[in-house]
Amino acid sequence: MSANNGNLLEVKDLRTYFHTEDGTVKAVDGISFELKQGETLGIVGESGSGKSVANLSIMRLIPEPSGKIVSGSVVFRGRDVLKLSTREVRNLRGRQIAMIFQDPMTSLNPFMRISKQLMETTRLHLGYSKQKARDHAIKMLEHVGIPDARERASSYPHEFSGGMRQRVMIAMALSCQPELLIADEPTTALDVTIQAQILELIKRLKAETGASVILITHDLGVVAGMTDHTIVMYAGKIFEQASTKELFEKPGNPYTRGLLRSVPDPMAEQGKLYQIPGLPPDLAHLPPGCPFAPRCERAEEICRSEFPPFVQLTPYHQSLCHFANEVYSESSRAS
Amino acid sequence: MTDKPNKPLISIRDLMVHFPVGGGLLFSRSSQVVKAVDGVTLDIYPGETFGLVGESGCGKSTLGRAILRLIEPTSGQILFRDQDLAHLSPAAMREQRRHLQIIFQDPYASLNPRMTVNQIIGEPIETFRLAHGPAKRARVQELMELVGLSSRFLKRYPHEFSGGQRQRIGIARALAVDPDFIVADEPISALDVSIQAQIMNLLDRLRREKNLTYLFISHDLRAIRHVSDRVAVMYLGKIVELAEAKAIYSQPLMPYTKALISAVPVPDPRIEATRRRIVLEGDVPSPINPPRGCRFHTRCPYAIEACSDIEPQLVQIKPNHFAACIRISPEQPEIERVAPGTAPGLRQRSAAATA
Repeated sequence: MSANNGNLLEVKDLRTYFHTEDGTVKAVDGISFELKQGETLGIVGESGSGKSVANLSIMRLIPEPSGKIVSGSVVFRGRDVLKLSTREVRNLRGRQIAMIFQDPMTSLNPFMRISKQLMETTRLHLGYSKQKARDHAIKMLEHVGIPDARERASSYPHEFSGGMRQRVMIAMALSCQPELLIADEPTTALDVTIQAQILELIKRLKAETGASVILITHDLGVVAGMTDHTIVMYAGKIFEQASTKELFEKPGNPYTRGLLRSVPDPMAEQGKLYQIPGLPPDLAHLPPGCPFAPRCERAEEICRSEFPPFVQLTPYHQSLCHFANEVYSESSRAS
Repeated sequence: MTDKPNKPLISIRDLMVHFPVGGGLLFSRSSQVVKAVDGVTLDIYPGETFGLVGESGCGKSTLGRAILRLIEPTSGQILFRDQDLAHLSPAAMREQRRHLQIIFQDPYASLNPRMTVNQIIGEPIETFRLAHGPAKRARVQELMELVGLSSRFLKRYPHEFSGGQRQRIGIARALAVDPDFIVADEPISALDVSIQAQIMNLLDRLRREKNLTYLFISHDLRAIRHVSDRVAVMYLGKIVELAEAKAIYSQPLMPYTKALISAVPVPDPRIEATRRRIVLEGDVPSPINPPRGCRFHTRCPYAIEACSDIEPQLVQIKPNHFAACIRISPEQPEIERVAPGTAPGLRQRSAAATA
């Protein structure tokens, strides 16, 4: 696959391992996916599934030497990010690929005025003069809905509420018009009404700028409303990927199906909630066979001994499961 | 639980919890107060799960803690078995704690890292002299099995457990004294989706088996809807709506509740693509200087001038469905259909006053 088939990003067989006292943790273990220009991709998973590490790897932000990208390629606009020099990567980050994190308080410098933090990126990447950078910073703050942006720009982060800080982070991330925005749990620390504001903002800005977005979240509701495609991760692997509509309607993996069923449906009658039994696996000591087998309601002997195949269900729908076809046809019948 | 027994287990009457906020100077008497809980009245009936929902800073956790006197109430009453907990002496209150327990949000911070599971769960048993020696150990093992932990782990320390397992330890500790009432303060918020379902089911099973009554505090409306019999919505220290869980979700009356419910993402792309979302503007105002009148009027799409003057009372709009909003009344419960600029709730109140 070349870069001119509409893919902005192509990740192939990415593996990121961490060396701990407990042994090697394969946080990301051979994942591949593509992202088209202008698309929003959701990556869902529980803690420890590798969803954040995958994206830190794309940005080359894995803390070394404890962590290491051991193989794979991350081709962004035709260039392999993993092969770039440190300087080239730095030029890419913030300019073409921007990232926002869960906790806006820890990602902003508490000692620096908001305006100055916003000016840093444009002065560095776009070579703006001080005045031009300041004007641009204020324009960006207005753009993300900060009231009285001109006055508020000289505030410090602690003078802003959580939602406002996240708006500042988004303004900063978008100030160089990146082609890819990676948002790692951008609304997890926020209240629901503020979450709704931020999600609307991301949607609007995406439509205006045409940027592609990778949205990492544990909230299936957020994925359902925001994304075109969805990847479900578990134990460092992609367990399922499909268009968001298809994934929610016809899951082809028992883990995805279990996750969907364990979210309470407000419209349904109360009763016992479906629960996935057991605990997420210890990544340093994975069982042989399928890592989800110990918790899977559908597991058979083969699941405990052999690693499952990545089954192609439709041209855009794959599932890592020995019984992917069966699970898929069960959900197709149900829907 | 529609057929309520007549007598509530806990009755809260006009409870206030105000915190002074200092100007920073050591000897200066601060004049400002945060009204974290500002006049809450509600009844919790035996055997029910009462859900308390709201955004951060609305006072829901403070209310939960004030009931157990973990935070001292400023005024008001907390009636439990013909006693007013708010006015008990510390010694008398300590005795009552046997019947009233709490489960915390963060299973990492609420367990002593230097104590084994045996010691953690055994501590309340010792404190209240319920058992000792082999009997105590047997009781701890029984509690562990009850919450789904293998009693093989008796000698382990909290760090050896996952978040979900730690929450089970916290639940076992709360159950150790055989309480009647448990405040569950965001018990699932720190947990993964698949583990949340496990803990919700566990709490529900224990409630039925042990005849417990819960105050379930959460910001998660989906969880609240699932576990609760009745739900109260809090905003800036006040209860703004109270009804059965199903009713509050399917037919919210107060504009804030409507916005809150519409903001919850639904895990179904077809619904998400079509549904109308009320996106509130702005942030929750500071509880130090809350807006006059209705505290929600600064963000309310339906606010009229009167809303900034008159503080709405929690009134019954539909059977067992209470809301605090002057723009609706039992005759006009749907705010979308109320004539612009009118406040039917006000007319009704003044009519009641003259009657």
